[in-house]
Amino acid sequence: MSLGLGVAQLAAPDTVRRISGVDDSATSRTVVPLVGARELVHAAGLLTSRRKNVWAWTRVAGDAMDLTALAMAIAHRDGHRRRRLLAVTGAIAGITALDLLTAVRATQTSKTGSAPTARSARREREGGSMDLTATTTIRRPASEVYAFWRDLQNLPTFMAHLEQVRTTGDRTSHWSASAPFGSDVEWDAEITEETPGEKIAWRSTGDAKVPNAGTVRFVPAPDGVSTEVHVVLVYDIPGGAVGKAVAKYFGEEPHQQLDDDLRRFKQVLETGEVVRSDGAPWGKRARKEFPQRPAQPLSDAELEKGADA
Amino acid sequence: MRANTWAGRNKVEVRDVPDPKILNNRDAIVRITSTAICGSDLHLVDGYVPTMQDGDILGHEFMGEVIEVGSGVPGDKLRVGDRVVVPFPIACGACGACAAELYSCCENTNPNAGISEKMFGHPTAGIFGYSHLTGGFAGGQAQYARVPFADVGPLKIESDLTDEQVLFLSDILPTGYMGAEMCDIQPSDVVAVWGAGPVGQFAMDSARVLGAAKVIAIDKEPYRLQMAERAGHIPVNFDEVDVRSTLLELTGGRGPDKCIDAVGMEATHGSAHIAAYDRVKQAVRSETERPHALRQAIMSCRSGGVVSVIGVYGGLMDKFPTGAWMNRSLTLRTGQCHVQRYMKPLLQRIERGEIDPTRIITHTLPLDQAEHGFDIFKNKQDNCEKIVLKP
Ligand SMILES: [Zn+2]
Ligand SMILES: [Zn+2]
Repeated sequence: MSLGLGVAQLAAPDTVRRISGVDDSATSRTVVPLVGARELVHAAGLLTSRRKNVWAWTRVAGDAMDLTALAMAIAHRDGHRRRRLLAVTGAIAGITALDLLTAVRATQTSKTGSAPTARSARREREGGSMDLTATTTIRRPASEVYAFWRDLQNLPTFMAHLEQVRTTGDRTSHWSASAPFGSDVEWDAEITEETPGEKIAWRSTGDAKVPNAGTVRFVPAPDGVSTEVHVVLVYDIPGGAVGKAVAKYFGEEPHQQLDDDLRRFKQVLETGEVVRSDGAPWGKRARKEFPQRPAQPLSDAELEKGADA
Repeated sequence: MRANTWAGRNKVEVRDVPDPKILNNRDAIVRITSTAICGSDLHLVDGYVPTMQDGDILGHEFMGEVIEVGSGVPGDKLRVGDRVVVPFPIACGACGACAAELYSCCENTNPNAGISEKMFGHPTAGIFGYSHLTGGFAGGQAQYARVPFADVGPLKIESDLTDEQVLFLSDILPTGYMGAEMCDIQPSDVVAVWGAGPVGQFAMDSARVLGAAKVIAIDKEPYRLQMAERAGHIPVNFDEVDVRSTLLELTGGRGPDKCIDAVGMEATHGSAHIAAYDRVKQAVRSETERPHALRQAIMSCRSGGVVSVIGVYGGLMDKFPTGAWMNRSLTLRTGQCHVQRYMKPLLQRIERGEIDPTRIITHTLPLDQAEHGFDIFKNKQDNCEKIVLKP
């Protein structure tokens, strides 16, 4: 919502000033474009940030700034100009109330809601467990989706953090994860429960540095063609240095990573491979959506260096 | 190769960049013979879209010759040497959206789906040369392009139609056509089209082809209105007359049966006080869009009519006339065009001479003059309606 105003204030500050009744003083000439710039920052923040509540609160602060500036302007105007200013001030006061409500709601959601960011980030620092859920629908029969997952060696083709899964027995496997864990982060796992075509549950065994467990359920979708995939992952995050490395590894939004893993799972099953664009050419190696490279073809040198360049 | 790139706000630059290579098995590489500048490229160049990067190759309307295909493209679908028009939405052909022919909502082709999902609730398809929000795919205002899912999207041209006759199958012709198709046109219908740019012109032609009794063109640029009039449509200049009362006059007081918004988020208005009203609304942050065209279409449309929106909107809008919409039984339909769905039937209409896409071309420029092209198109100079670039 901020975007449009920011553009208008930067592009046509005189018009904005004239319409809202603010005089063409030296101060307002400086202030209006600054307010415009602030709006653009808000827009960018709200569009890209995962911490919407913080940005919502900065908007409330911004509204307060607007109101203060307008109050100062009102004090120095009279007649027609003052009436127009009063009307605009009333409108902005209304918007402030809305922004305030939004900010309060956003804060409440991140404290008490199911949004995983705040909750899991806190626990990572202290150590403790982190559980993640995600779901997707794949236009393939459940038997096929199940079979692909049951061959655990397939998981690294779409899960960003897995380097390799090697099956060591009927129900046992050996997993390794990539940096920043370092190549020494490896663990054994066993399948604890399975119903062909419906469900697989597994957990790490032995003295895994990051004990973990997971369940994936395959449920026929109402369309009679597709399969709903429901995943639950649970990690016991240790305290100390390893805990910090894990926290860093999961980033700000571990839930987003799992969502993206499932998106790639869907791509692999529906289209045959992970889709690559010029801005994100490395498929599952691209652990973060941003920053990206420009959307233009890779040079031979870049192609040779690969994702780690 | 040479390519037209985004170089910061209001700046494009033709540069030397690496040649594209196959990245996925179902990719093809196309040597581009013709490409076009689109009105929606202007939103990117304006800096309205927050995910552009210096160096992004622009362009989503292009065609050419296949010079390489990946190992996953079946030979009966596409071969080296085929002449193809490439649709702007990248669609996988296998997901639920593609199965429903909703190609611009493909669930698999946007590698940045997470960002798109936050803005729109659900992700949308990847689009060539259209910001990182729609996937970060290099565009087609270049000598060559990589085309993902080349066995699904590109349309083979096997007749000797010229590039100019088929190029617009990539976007604006199907987009205009979909705008008219969503109107469910009946033989007695009067159809009003807001915006006489390239998409608006094709929406008008399509409405006539689909059997409308009368088609009305609403714009303020005399050269665009004259272009519509030459094609047999009725011009209304919103700078000179009040649109709603003119529409009522033209329809015996009923209002147009079907209304098409081919304008989108950067609408302008002939009346100074309405323009000022929306400016103030923007100033108090109650909307991102400038909804004059959409609001006017809803207020003008006859009761029980259809308002079809093909102009591009990007954010949020307040003060939407829900009262008029609900109380007068209006139907609102919209969407980014599902181009793949329309390419073949529209190619047949071109072959039969029912639609002449070349009528809107006013400029043909070498690719190296892309910057000049963006300039005259954006500023509506030199009667510029549609520019074809030749790499
Ligand atoms: Zn276009
Ligand atoms: Zn698809």
